[in-house]
Amino acid sequence: MTLAEGVQLVSFGLLAAMMIGTALGVVLLSNIVYSAFLLGGVFISIAGLYLLLNAGFVAAAQVLVYVGAVNVLILFGIMLVNKQEDFKVIPRAWIGKAATGAVCVGLFALLTTMVLGTPWALSSATPVGDGATVLIGIHLFSDFLLPFELASVLLLMALVGAIILARREYIPDEPVEASVSDALTLPERPRDLVSAGKSDN
Amino acid sequence: MIQLEYFLLLAAALFCIGIYGLVTSRNVIRVLMSIELMLNAVNINLMAFSNYLDPANIKGQVFAVFVISIAAAEAAVGLAIVLSIYRNRDTVDMEKFNLLKW
Repeated sequence: MTLAEGVQLVSFGLLAAMMIGTALGVVLLSNIVYSAFLLGGVFISIAGLYLLLNAGFVAAAQVLVYVGAVNVLILFGIMLVNKQEDFKVIPRAWIGKAATGAVCVGLFALLTTMVLGTPWALSSATPVGDGATVLIGIHLFSDFLLPFELASVLLLMALVGAIILARREYIPDEPVEASVSDALTLPERPRDLVSAGKSDN
Repeated sequence: MIQLEYFLLLAAALFCIGIYGLVTSRNVIRVLMSIELMLNAVNINLMAFSNYLDPANIKGQVFAVFVISIAAAEAAVGLAIVLSIYRNRDTVDMEKFNLLKW
């Protein structure tokens, strides 16, 4: 990215303000659906920050994976457990919130002093710029080949595990005789169509 | 010129917001969202170091790609666990998930 320095600074300020604002909205708003949509705003502004850091490929991956997959998945989760319930008020809950806020502010102060006090060994090498995608591909297939393959196995395990966990588990009372036609199907609890998502036990 | 410290401070702020949401939320889905915020803060750190300290040999971007893929797997498994707990307990309140408490 070749932008003037003023443009870079202004866009950094805008993206940072948008990111912090939407992140606070995710945490503090009471309506969970608003929180989910603001989470998409956080992800998009982070993708903009990646563009400022000369990383076009990761910015595109961020938009595709986070906004396109994770955020939509979270929205599906919200719709699936769509239960309007008023949480029972816990007495003296503000003490926990205040303590957590104090710990978070303290952690931020600690990190700030660490960041500002460390002499970073800034490199003066010429950045690869738009050749970053090619370089990432070379890394993935030479010195990061084993983690790359392990990541694919991990994604497969997550796929199977998510299906097994979210399945309606069902143990039939009488043993069902196995036939050839349903050899590849797992027994599932018959779902209650009227009150969907609510188990009957 | 934007300094490296600006990005690190921004990532620290996002991480602290994520921790606050993780501890204080009572809705399970919001806890998952806070975890995503924290993972993204770590990713911003990795990308900033990759751009400022290692611009010719961008290993930080490769790490960020791995973190993104693992975060996607984590979101899928986390939502499956949430759905299965919701089916058992019929609530999304963190305070009522006391199965492992004695």
